[in-house]
Amino acid sequence: MIEVQDLTKKYGDLTAVRNLSFKVETGKIWGLLGPNAAGKTTTMRILTGYLPATEGKASVAGFDVFEQPNEVKKAIGYLPEVVPLYPEMTVAGYLGFVAAIKQVPAAKRKGAVAKVLRSATLEDVKGRLIKNISRGYKQRVGIAQAMIHDPQVLILDEPTIGLDPAQIKEIRELIKSLRSEHTVLLSTHILAEVTQVCDGVVIINDGRLMASGSLEELTASFRRKEGVMVKVRRGGEEAAEAARRIPGVGNVSVEGNEVRIEWSAGRDLRDEVARLAVERGLGLLEMRPVAMNIEDLYLQVVSGGIEQ
Amino acid sequence: MKNIWSITKKELGSYFTSPIAYVVIFGFQLLFGFFFYNLVWWFNAQAMQMAQNPYYYQQANINQMVYAPLFHNMSIILILVVPLLTMRVLAEEKKIGTEELLFTSPVSVTQIILGKYLASIIVLAAMLGLTAMLSVVAFAYGNPEFAPWLIGYIGLFLMGATFIAIGFFFSSMTDNQIVAAFLTFSALLLLLVLNWVTASGSGTWQSVLGYLSFSQHFEDMTRGILDTKDVVYYASLSFYGLFLTHSVIQSRRWR
Repeated sequence: MIEVQDLTKKYGDLTAVRNLSFKVETGKIWGLLGPNAAGKTTTMRILTGYLPATEGKASVAGFDVFEQPNEVKKAIGYLPEVVPLYPEMTVAGYLGFVAAIKQVPAAKRKGAVAKVLRSATLEDVKGRLIKNISRGYKQRVGIAQAMIHDPQVLILDEPTIGLDPAQIKEIRELIKSLRSEHTVLLSTHILAEVTQVCDGVVIINDGRLMASGSLEELTASFRRKEGVMVKVRRGGEEAAEAARRIPGVGNVSVEGNEVRIEWSAGRDLRDEVARLAVERGLGLLEMRPVAMNIEDLYLQVVSGGIEQ
Repeated sequence: MKNIWSITKKELGSYFTSPIAYVVIFGFQLLFGFFFYNLVWWFNAQAMQMAQNPYYYQQANINQMVYAPLFHNMSIILILVVPLLTMRVLAEEKKIGTEELLFTSPVSVTQIILGKYLASIIVLAAMLGLTAMLSVVAFAYGNPEFAPWLIGYIGLFLMGATFIAIGFFFSSMTDNQIVAAFLTFSALLLLLVLNWVTASGSGTWQSVLGYLSFSQHFEDMTRGILDTKDVVYYASLSFYGLFLTHSVIQSRRWR
């Protein structure tokens, strides 16, 4: 289990993470989703004990990150943003070293290395020097080292970055296979990764929490709303103004001559909207239902459309 | 202890899988051999001349005439060699990002530093140990005294170990190996010549700076005198170097 409470991290004047709180349940895979520079890596570095937080609390596997860092480090497998590889070592030699510093008992190290070599399909390259293997293999060595001590919690910073589509699929399958026995937090800026792999998501932007919850919860909350996107020939602002006055209409947003009108589920206000457009002579060009889903939300977050 | 040894083994591996250790050890042997050959040759010539006069012949001492200057020369060579051995030790981990693996493992910063230090010291011992093989010839065909010879080596080793601790400090401050090597080299050279200020007088600060200099503490050891004061000097300077290394690493993470 991972629990973060009011976490704040400042680098001098720059605030990378502000009052972030979220919770990942045991045995689930959660995505930490956000555009670049949203604070994903910083959050992960704090959770793994690499960086101290400026304020706030965090606990991993029941241990306080700041009070019991050693227990937390034993419970975590971590793939940093830059895969920490020694180019002069062989793949198997490197994994053996990581097993040693992660406190795998000497007698079990060989078995642990063999196991991760198999699960990350690295057996073909185990004797090669890391500097001579391809990027995809390097990334997989990174994931293998995170799993070497069979940790309760895996923290993976952009696990599929730089891989080709086939490799991405493999890695996603590998991560999915960890579900139930491990708690996984992976960061990504790709929404598809979250919807395909994760049980839940924490969306952050500019160091702030934008939304968090299980995928079902989030989808359900979207299902409570419906809406249309209306494209008019002229007078987008005017249309929005009028639409706001229709009883039952919720959020209305305008972008040029495209007006997005939302209302809560159960009603159907499309007739009213259409009538309004025609009566006012705005030149109705298009009217289509809006899909209310995580993708919409994420796009709004990334484009700065949502402020909390 | 197990953690320290895991780090040491990995470090030794990286010394000996890259060409650094081989090149440095080879160069050190070459220079040592050259100095040794020259000094022995010069000593032989002197001894021949001294043999004309029984009184002078008594004075011919291989420890004083070969080993003392040899150890002196090698201390200068160590100043050149040690920065090359220590420059990558922490700077590289930072540069390639592997420090994130080390610092998120259940291994303390102290254990990491000690493990690395132990590995560097083993390389130093191997480097010095190999040169000792040349002395087999001296012991077989001459009669140097063993104790002063050994103390000379202990002195070189302690000095090298201190240099390494200072090298660690500079390697922890940067992610650029050249910068680390050059700063280490400058600091070591400065510490060597620091006692020159004692030539300009005998005030308090002159004697303090004189005490801080390597030269004073190594002088006795080349002559075969083992003084606890000198051992304490080397031990405390090494400790201080490693302590500062630890502080640099910790403070960087808190920034």
